[in-house]
Amino acid sequence: MAVPILKQGQTLIASIQAALTDTDLLELRDALLEQVGRYRSRGVIVDVTALDVMDSFSTRTLRDVAHMTRLRGAQTIIVGIQPEVAFAMAQFGLTLEGVPTKLDLEEGLDYLAGTAKPGSDG
Amino acid sequence: MVNNNLKVATQPKAAAQPVSESASALLSELVAHLRQNRTQLREEWVVRITEAELLTAMTKDEIFAEATSVYDSYVEALETGTLEALQAYARNLSERIIPRGVETDEVVGIVLLLRDVLARSLFAKYHEDFKVLGRVLDAYEPAANRIAITVAVGFVQERERVIREQQEAIRELSTPVLQVRERLLILPMIGLIDPHRARQLTEQLLHGIRANRAKVVVIDITGVAAMDANVANHLVLTVEAARLLGATVIVTGLSPEIAQTLVKIGVDLGKMNTVGDLQGGIEEAERLLGFKVFPIRETPAG
Repeated sequence: MAVPILKQGQTLIASIQAALTDTDLLELRDALLEQVGRYRSRGVIVDVTALDVMDSFSTRTLRDVAHMTRLRGAQTIIVGIQPEVAFAMAQFGLTLEGVPTKLDLEEGLDYLAGTAKPGSDG
Repeated sequence: MVNNNLKVATQPKAAAQPVSESASALLSELVAHLRQNRTQLREEWVVRITEAELLTAMTKDEIFAEATSVYDSYVEALETGTLEALQAYARNLSERIIPRGVETDEVVGIVLLLRDVLARSLFAKYHEDFKVLGRVLDAYEPAANRIAITVAVGFVQERERVIREQQEAIRELSTPVLQVRERLLILPMIGLIDPHRARQLTEQLLHGIRANRAKVVVIDITGVAAMDANVANHLVLTVEAARLLGATVIVTGLSPEIAQTLVKIGVDLGKMNTVGDLQGGIEEAERLLGFKVFPIRETPAG
C-alpha cells in the first residue's frame, strides 16, 4: 500500500495509514528522497499515528530516511508515536537517535517552522 | 477439660421437661432456654473472653455491649435459621472493630467461645438424659457451626473489602501526573517503586503526555529512597519513550544511592536530563518552554 506524500510549502508530509510491508517502507524511502530534491523541501514529517507496531526494520528505515534527507538538505521528524509503541521501542533499544520526534503533526509543523527561522531555538 | 463455671448453668428441673422429637421443636426449646438464661450465659461468655485475653483493643464495657448484641443475634439466628441478620451484624461489627486492630483469630475465638459456653449449658441442662442430649446437640451443633462460619467469613470479607479499597486508593494516589503549566507535567514519585508500580507509572506518564500535549515532564524522585537496577532501567526506558512522544524529561531529586545505581547500570547520561531538585527542574522546564517568571513588583528586564 503506497503512502500518500503531501506537499505543504517547504514541507513534505508522509502520513502512514496502515501497517506497511518492508517493500512499502523502501518505496516510501525512495519516494521521499526523490521528492525532497524535486520540491526543494526543507522538512519532512512522517506521521506514524496509525501504527501500533514499530519493528526494528521500520525504525531503522525511518532513521535512514532522516539521515539521507538531511544529506539532501531536509530535516526529517517523526510524529505521532503511540505511548505503548514508544515504550516497546525503548525496551528494544529502537530509539531513533538523532531523529527529532514530536507528539503529532501540529507539533511537527510548529517545530519545523521554528527551525526554519534563523536565530530561533531548535 | 474441667470447667467450674458450668455449674452455674445447671438447671435441676431440666431433665423433667418433656422433650419433643423433632429437631425444630428441640431448637425452639433450647432457644427458650438460652433466652431464659441470657444474663447468666452472657456474663460467663464475657468472663471467658476476658480470661482468654481476646479483644484486648476494646474496653470492658464495649465488650459487654457487643457481647449482648452478638448473643441476641446468635440466639435469633438459632431460632429462625436465617443468617442474614447475623451476617449484616457481623459485617457491621467488623467495620467498627477492624480499624481498631482486632484480629481474625480474636473474632473467630469469641464466636467459638460463645458456642462452647452455650454447649456447656446444654450439657448441664440435659446431662441426666444422654439420649435427649444427643438429639439436642444434633440440632444445636450444625446451626452453631453455621453461625461461626458466617461470622468468620463476614469478618474476613469485610477485611478484604477494606484492603481492596485501600489498594485501589494507593494505586490511584501513588502516581499522580499533574499539569503545573501549559504543556508542563510533573510526576512526583514517592515511596517504594516496585516493577508493578514502575510499569503503571510509565503508562500513566505516557498517556498523560498525550492527553495534556505536554512538551516537558519533570519526574521528581526526591521521595524515593532507593531503587534497584531493574526499576532504574525502567526509568531510563520511560525517559526514552517520552522522548519518542516528543516530550523532554527532566529527572530531579536523585538521591546519592540512586545516582550510584544509575551509574553502575551504565546509563547514557547524554539521554538523561537531570537537575538537583524539583525547583531547579521546574525552572529548567520553564526555560525550555519559554516561560519567564519574575516577582510581580519588579519590571521585567527586557
